[in-house]
Amino acid sequence: MGNQSFLSIVFILVQLILTTHSLYFHIRETERKCFIEEIPDQTLVIGKYKVELFDANSNTYLPSTPGIGMHVEVKDPDEKIVLSKLYTSEGRFTFTSHIPGEHVICLYSNSTAWFGGQQLRVHLDIDIGEHAVDYQQISAKEKLTELQLRVRQLLDQVEQISKEQNYQRYREERFRATSESTNQRVLWWSIAQLLILVIAGFWQMRHLKGFFEAKKLV
Amino acid sequence: MLTPTLRVLFVLIAFLLTYIHSNELTFELPDNAKECFNEKIKVGSKFVLEFQVVTGGNYDVDLELKSPSGKILYQVTKKQYDQIEKTAEEDGVYEFCFSNEFSTFTHKVIYIDWRVDGDPEHEITGPNPRVAEGALTMIESKVGNIHRNLESCIDYQTHHRLREATGRARAEDLQERVQLWSIGQFVLIIIVAIGTVLLLRSFFTDRRTSSSASWSR
Repeated sequence: MGNQSFLSIVFILVQLILTTHSLYFHIRETERKCFIEEIPDQTLVIGKYKVELFDANSNTYLPSTPGIGMHVEVKDPDEKIVLSKLYTSEGRFTFTSHIPGEHVICLYSNSTAWFGGQQLRVHLDIDIGEHAVDYQQISAKEKLTELQLRVRQLLDQVEQISKEQNYQRYREERFRATSESTNQRVLWWSIAQLLILVIAGFWQMRHLKGFFEAKKLV
Repeated sequence: MLTPTLRVLFVLIAFLLTYIHSNELTFELPDNAKECFNEKIKVGSKFVLEFQVVTGGNYDVDLELKSPSGKILYQVTKKQYDQIEKTAEEDGVYEFCFSNEFSTFTHKVIYIDWRVDGDPEHEITGPNPRVAEGALTMIESKVGNIHRNLESCIDYQTHHRLREATGRARAEDLQERVQLWSIGQFVLIIIVAIGTVLLLRSFFTDRRTSSSASWSR
């Protein structure tokens, strides 16, 4: 028996299970849907999606519609576009982050409908870091034993944790900078307020004194 | 003894059996909007839904979880964080909706973690699913342990990150408010100072003109 072909059947099975289990949501044809992923730098993100178009005749969602494509746009924290591509109705997009922070992933169809159009059902699965690595594929490609594979997974996990921790340190720094800046501002404002009050009071007294003297009240 | 290929196969099957589908998404919920997500779940599967409002308004949101037959399994209003664990009692499409319909001007950022465990007929209970296969050495079980611990470590990190995000959003908000209030207070002090003087002046001017008017009468 060809072990290779047997393995590939198993892969297909795994893939089937992976694809059938997925969260989905509905959007209108012209609608744009965005998701935010806050990730450290040098992190792999893999997104898988499938679009189904609502068919009014049969009142169901058609499993595959050739005409429909999806635009995928990924923006990094500096609003720069990392990835902007048109895919078919079913696809996979990958990108690696270069700066840490909030990455915005937007999906919208290539539909040219003017008024809302039909309803689309979008299956989406986004995997980040270690979750994005396909261990089944690795084990088949590199012929690793179970233990080697598991250790490799551990290594990836630890790496992800340390990246995340690095990022957390960076964010904590920013957080503290904000807090300290607020603190500084409050302090300076208190001093400025004191000065303004004294000056205002002084001016009031002087002005009134001049006024009363001019009116010969005192 | 097992041939290497067969071993790999076992690994694959193990992966397949222990496969837990997890979906983490963070999305923006505009004001007055409702956002729904669905998934087809088989009867007997366990599913966990965790959500947290990261930023926006009072950090609260409405949630409704519906079973395929339309029964409301879980409903909560104005909640910041919650974790719901349920076992599917029927086959079909489960739906959960976040709604911000009570809020008219604040949009929110919401994080969800949605996990569905494998089908019950495939699931092997116990802390280590591979024990059933009997091909587990000490080192393998240790590695498995480490794997699970690291997994929870990543989970904690995620929560910490979200909490930090909430905290930072609030701090940035606070800074902005302090700045605005300072400007407001500055303007207010000047207006009050000038206003007081003008008022006092008008009192004395009025009294004098009215009194002089009475004298002249």
